[in-house]
Amino acid sequence: MQVYLPIAEISVNAFLLLGVGGGVGLLSGMFGVGGGFLITPLLFFIGVPPTVAVATGVNQVVASSISGVLAHLQRKTVDLRMGVVLLVGGMVGSGIGIWLFNLMSRLGQIDLVVQLSYVVFLGAIGLMMLQEGTRALLRSRNPGAIRRKLHTHIWVHNLPFKMKFRTSGLYISVFPPLVLGMAVGVLAAIMGVGGGFIMVPAMIYLLGMPTKVVVGTSLFQIMFVAAFTTMMHAVTNHSVDVLLAVFLIVGGVIGAQVGTRMGLRLRPEMLRILLALLVLAVCGKIAFDLLWTPAELYSISVPGRI
Amino acid sequence: MRVVVLLALLIAAALPVRAEEILAGLSQKQLSLTVNFEGSEILVYGAVRREGPIPEDSDLNVIVTIEGPPVPAVIWRKARRMGVWVNVESMRIRAAPSFYAVAATGPLERILGMDDDLRHRISTRLAIFEAREDATVANPAAFSDALIRIRSREDLYQQLETAVTLERDTLFSSTISLPKNLIEGTYATRVFLVRDGVVIDRYDAEIDVQKAVLERWLYNMAYESPFMYGALALLIALFFGWGASAAFRILRA
Repeated sequence: MQVYLPIAEISVNAFLLLGVGGGVGLLSGMFGVGGGFLITPLLFFIGVPPTVAVATGVNQVVASSISGVLAHLQRKTVDLRMGVVLLVGGMVGSGIGIWLFNLMSRLGQIDLVVQLSYVVFLGAIGLMMLQEGTRALLRSRNPGAIRRKLHTHIWVHNLPFKMKFRTSGLYISVFPPLVLGMAVGVLAAIMGVGGGFIMVPAMIYLLGMPTKVVVGTSLFQIMFVAAFTTMMHAVTNHSVDVLLAVFLIVGGVIGAQVGTRMGLRLRPEMLRILLALLVLAVCGKIAFDLLWTPAELYSISVPGRI
Repeated sequence: MRVVVLLALLIAAALPVRAEEILAGLSQKQLSLTVNFEGSEILVYGAVRREGPIPEDSDLNVIVTIEGPPVPAVIWRKARRMGVWVNVESMRIRAAPSFYAVAATGPLERILGMDDDLRHRISTRLAIFEAREDATVANPAAFSDALIRIRSREDLYQQLETAVTLERDTLFSSTISLPKNLIEGTYATRVFLVRDGVVIDRYDAEIDVQKAVLERWLYNMAYESPFMYGALALLIALFFGWGASAAFRILRA
């Protein structure tokens, strides 16, 4: 069954879209990730224009994080104060990202920027996860290895404008969370991702937040930044495709439920290695497209309706 | 269809006309891009009406064109920069048809004279050529070629040299398939009667392609009230995201 997407202005197989949503949902349920970083490139691969893919991908992030946010709010594992500071940074970052996105679209370089960002981030994160996963797998085989300190103070925490974050038990400068939020906001706007893969490690290692509140707080920030970014894309370049989003979301939610149960049966270290390999595969495919001589050297874009 | 053609012939016979005149009709004049639109076929048919006998020693041909709404386009050329393929050069085209099909009873270069091709802009090349905006690029022809090549691959530009059948120099018909990736607007349809390379009559009609109600509504809202549209997108996301996991919780309980 074909569906005509009113904003992307292409006709795509509905089951393919449900499959993409479902597959990514399955993985996100299994690995506990948002999946925005997989949805957007998959949409490129099936021929959705990059602008629509990014803007609709970020809309899908809102849907995939809402139930998590509600669950964490109920369990009180959200540092609201930290969340709001990150969110303020995130909105500024998203604004900058949207501006860059529209500028690059006009210059005809947006595909390149989006693809390069994906190669760089997926490559770095995939390698990091692979290394971390392998180490954890080895450690689980010979227990009794050294454990890490709870958190260490580094120079960025002592910048001016210190603020108390009671839930996290931190008294640090507002600049590191603001800058972190901003960086994630830029990524949300340009790559159509939630940015959890940057946010979570940065909150643990850079801000020194307790792991208990990290996931809830990052989801909280991600949901609002994604919502804000969706709105900005809708207003500035009209590229959110609601119909496309519905298919991805419905597939995604069902997939996530199945994936969560499948994930419980696999060992966490193995999961991390599998996810790392998947991320590297997507990265490799995009890199290949950039480096390999394309079959068609020319491309057409429609100004104003990129 | 036969009845329609016959009827057209009868009406034609009753009217006073020039030496040779073309009468034509379309199987559809309205097309709706619904959610499950998978392309459509348009039958263009008609007849040649003439006073005297069929001229024997000359060549009669029919050309049918369907032209989608013109839109501006930018054509980019990629080149390798620091190992990576990057868009390096572009040519703007003020307006090129978003769809262009030209069907004929034979190869255009054989059946149509250069002068009349220029006058009516019939061949694909000429249909886009004049609209070129700037010629700052070294090789504009390569860019126009690329436009035709890429759109031909998506069936947006079609050159169907033998897709019109002409029977006994009188009855003709042609089926043109419109692909699924159409944009909405008015599709100008022209039928040319060509004798010895010269256009002797033409018939014009329009096909109205519209998005269906829901798509139309979403599209208009996205462009005319983007705030509302953004809010709708968010509401849908929140509703489905929350609703589906709530539904699963109930299912499990």
